[in-house]
Amino acid sequence: MKVFIPTPLRAYTGDRGEVEAAGTTIAEVLADLDRHFPGIRFRMIDEQDAVRRHIRIWVNQDEARALDVPVGPTDQVIIFQALSGG
Amino acid sequence: MSAARTAQSRSTKPAAGTVALLVATRKGAFIYRADRSRRAWRVAGPMFFGHTVHHVVLDPRSNAQGGRTLLAATRTGHLGPTIMRSTDLGRTWKEASRPPAFPKVPAGQKGRVVDHSLWLTPGNAAEPGVWYSGTSPQGLFRSEDDGATWSSVAGFNDNPMYAAWTGGEQDGTPDGPKMHSVIVDPRDARHLYVAMSSGGVFESLDRGASWTPLNQGVLADFLPEKYPEYGQDAHCVRLHPAAPDVLYQQNHCGIYRLERPGTVWQRIGTRMPRKVGDVGFPIALHPRDPATAWVFPMDGSTVWPRTSPGGKPAAYVTRNAGRTWRRQDAGLPESQGWFTVKRQAMCADANDPAGVYFGTTGGELWASRDEGGKWACIARHLPEIYAVEAVELAR
Repeated sequence: MKVFIPTPLRAYTGDRGEVEAAGTTIAEVLADLDRHFPGIRFRMIDEQDAVRRHIRIWVNQDEARALDVPVGPTDQVIIFQALSGG
Repeated sequence: MSAARTAQSRSTKPAAGTVALLVATRKGAFIYRADRSRRAWRVAGPMFFGHTVHHVVLDPRSNAQGGRTLLAATRTGHLGPTIMRSTDLGRTWKEASRPPAFPKVPAGQKGRVVDHSLWLTPGNAAEPGVWYSGTSPQGLFRSEDDGATWSSVAGFNDNPMYAAWTGGEQDGTPDGPKMHSVIVDPRDARHLYVAMSSGGVFESLDRGASWTPLNQGVLADFLPEKYPEYGQDAHCVRLHPAAPDVLYQQNHCGIYRLERPGTVWQRIGTRMPRKVGDVGFPIALHPRDPATAWVFPMDGSTVWPRTSPGGKPAAYVTRNAGRTWRRQDAGLPESQGWFTVKRQAMCADANDPAGVYFGTTGGELWASRDEGGKWACIARHLPEIYAVEAVELAR
């Protein structure tokens, strides 16, 4: 499926804003992303498996607030990161 | 062991080679380099442009062999924290594959999360590849592979006394409670010190497996019990490189000195001018003389402005282990200079005379080539400076 990467994380993806990843849940998709782009998951998900405070993950039009949200091969996963702050 | 005897047993030769200042800022890292005259500086950077960099440290074990290994503690805006490593003095960097992180707790429990790594310390010379990191909230982490993977030091982080020692969020600094001043005894890799804001100073004799509070004599004027066993607000602790039984501490409640094996800190800031006081964040030590230390006092009155008292910035130096202090303000603004210098942002190099350096939250980098006798601004308009480390690069 397609995963949209916000600009602060594109250093991991070779500046690509859209990459392919596999999995049947958000957790699996993020694990697959981390296999291809080592380190990217920890910047979004903390050591207690919580989505970091200013990260939002959407599956199509719905926000995924937990890592066990199911996804299908035709879904789009969209990762947002707040750019607030000075 | 007396400080004098210890000092004699260790090398006191001035350093050779070029001097580098490793400057960590809220928006990236910079490296300033000069020859031994330290008259002209050239800059490399920004590195990690736009990222928050809390500390950049050169590995002295690598440097002694002509290497150029740096570790940097970074985070990016709202993204999680990580550690970066360079083997070519910052030209290229590689990220840790397992950055410092607290152990995951079972579902339903509230686990701790590392907000940022604040402090990096190379391990003992006998343990190449070992590094320590202190974090916010308070945590101690150890790497045994040059910073590639980090493990929680369970003896501290999972200690049954952890919550009591570290207090709650309300006991920390405005940007979170911190572990800093991670110190490894150069004579003994098992002997560690850490300090916390808040929490105080702790000592381990077994490589971090167990810890003992080391706060006797240190005031905590914000607590009901003024001299508690722990809970003090240590701002910065330094161990003298040539006399490793001598410790200096800049605390929320004054300036202190401790000579081991003693366990009672002596407040040496009481001899500071009353109008200036002995509040501040950093403390820097002379590379050879254990009786010499510099502080950069700040206004700790009323709401704690944390700026130079009266808008007149100055360092103060003691040459006699705190019996007297001398103001050092030549070259600094005579008025309307509202400097804030953070706990990691003041240091000395190993030359003779020693260079002394500090960076301000207003993005100015100041240097003295004569042990504080005269100051010059060597960079301005930088982002907020978090840390300055002076190193001598081996040829």
